[in-house]
Amino acid sequence: MSTHDLTVPVAAPSAPWRQRLGTMVPILVLAPSLAASFVYVFVFTLWTLYLSLSSSSLMPTYGFVGLDNYASLWANRRWNIAYTNLFLFSGFYIVGSMAIGLLLAILIDQRVRGEAVWRTIFLYPLAVSFIVTGTVWSWLYNPVDGIQAFVRGLGWTDFSFALTANRNTAIYAVIITGIWQSSGFAMALFLAGLRSVDPDLIKAAQIDGATVSRTYRKVILPTIAPIFLAVAVIQIQFAIKTFDLVAALTRGGPGVSTTFPAIYVYDLMFQRGQIGEGAAAAMMMLAALAVVLVPYSLWIVWRRRAEGRNG
Amino acid sequence: MAEIAANARNDPEAAAATRRYFWNRFLVYAVLTLFAVIYLAPLLVVVFNSLREQSDIARNGLISLPRSFRLDAWAQAWGTYCVSGTCEGMKRNFFNSLWMTIPATLISTLLGAMNGYVLSKWRFKGSEILFNLMLLGVFMPGQISLMPWAFLLGKLGLTNSTYGLVLIHVVQGVSFTTLFCRNFYVSIPDDLIKAARIDGAGFWRIFRKIILPLSPPILIVTVIWQFTGIWNEYLFGVVFTSGQQQPITAALVALTAGGTTARAYDVMSAAVLIGALPPLLIYLFGGKYFVRGLTQGAIK
Repeated sequence: MSTHDLTVPVAAPSAPWRQRLGTMVPILVLAPSLAASFVYVFVFTLWTLYLSLSSSSLMPTYGFVGLDNYASLWANRRWNIAYTNLFLFSGFYIVGSMAIGLLLAILIDQRVRGEAVWRTIFLYPLAVSFIVTGTVWSWLYNPVDGIQAFVRGLGWTDFSFALTANRNTAIYAVIITGIWQSSGFAMALFLAGLRSVDPDLIKAAQIDGATVSRTYRKVILPTIAPIFLAVAVIQIQFAIKTFDLVAALTRGGPGVSTTFPAIYVYDLMFQRGQIGEGAAAAMMMLAALAVVLVPYSLWIVWRRRAEGRNG
Repeated sequence: MAEIAANARNDPEAAAATRRYFWNRFLVYAVLTLFAVIYLAPLLVVVFNSLREQSDIARNGLISLPRSFRLDAWAQAWGTYCVSGTCEGMKRNFFNSLWMTIPATLISTLLGAMNGYVLSKWRFKGSEILFNLMLLGVFMPGQISLMPWAFLLGKLGLTNSTYGLVLIHVVQGVSFTTLFCRNFYVSIPDDLIKAARIDGAGFWRIFRKIILPLSPPILIVTVIWQFTGIWNEYLFGVVFTSGQQQPITAALVALTAGGTTARAYDVMSAAVLIGALPPLLIYLFGGKYFVRGLTQGAIK
């Protein structure tokens, strides 16, 4: 009778080969996925890093040019527009969808009838692709056929709503559509958080005579503060990777006014044959993600440890 | 009794409280309704337009109630509409997406279940570190992998094929599926596994007899998550396939990009709905699991 612990013991050198093979099974099962993930995460990243330091243009070549690609990337006006857009989009998108998501979560939390129906309505945009959302909204923004035409048809004849037709406003069309798509997501996370607050805490506040809004501000929202951070981090991630939405909604236009880093990477690599510079731009996207995710995961680890010590 | 009621009626404070309560309720439902209209409007507009006559849309704009009810646009979008020379509608791309999504979902879910089983119940020295390394795959931006994939798919002879996309989605998805399953299996008591091992059950027997029967909740979440994610993916589809090999997301962009001439909004609306329908149906019927996947994938 074996007395295996749950950790797989290292096979003794004298163990018969069948038994040794037996202890290897878990590792063998894991191996293919592990190897694939390793290649995907490390080899691919180093590969792209190397391309970003090479003179690759139409085809990958491996002549080393140092940081030239990065220098020309940062000197490029279009890249400038791309990351300015990223900051602008991230700011409005995160604040907007969190505000709407929180509002909807709090409203649904007021013991409304048909809760499941409301939730289903606010979350369905998340099930469809950014391609579908972007396409449909590009029609709605179209001044000749969309919302502008509709409102003018109602009688308000000088109503103007042509965000995507104008270089300076097209980015706001992307922001509005992004918020529309994902405030339901923020709502779902906030609602889960609101439901997890200890009811005794709320009761205590009510007994002390706190109003509903005061209870939310002073008791409930502070206890779900980590959820705010989680939602923000996830949405920054979305923002940095934004590609499909813009590709379907504005295709980066008018002109280059709604270029995003991800769009620019695609353009450099596959439209203009500047693979080296495209790889440099992709590395900058990775760097942006790391700037957000590394401190966040360190904070999560730290908090778990702290909870472990206190609890 | 009557006295109390009379008191309540005469007590201005109680009356004010009741009034305030009703106003609050009214406000809650009013705001929710307003947002529900904003959320549903685009969907309704597309559904209506897929049923309207093109001439009606051209005259009255996109936002209008249907005056007719016909499915011509759906038939055209599915089978006969012409995009850049070929007149086969969306059906080929729809099946491309299906033949890409189903295998990629099943393979990545199966791998994720086995990996999750090993990483939660057969831990070995260093397995936690390996798990964390696999997790990094969740955060990788697709752009980093474009050039390496292009090279690898070329070497494997999988450029411009659905198999190539299946490979990409399996490799990319396995970190998600492993994460989901591992976090679920951790909550299965170790004593259950220990007892089985004392009874002489091995690795696979425990997997089949204990783990798998307990798995449906997490497998449904994982399958739904993978299916919608892969079906909706666009970047790899547009980069690595063209023309008749494209999945439906890439084909939709090609279809709606067409020129500046009078746009066939009726057919395009039907095409968009065909592309959106599978994940929408999954969401409507498995919404609970969809949301669970969302919150789990997000919080962890």
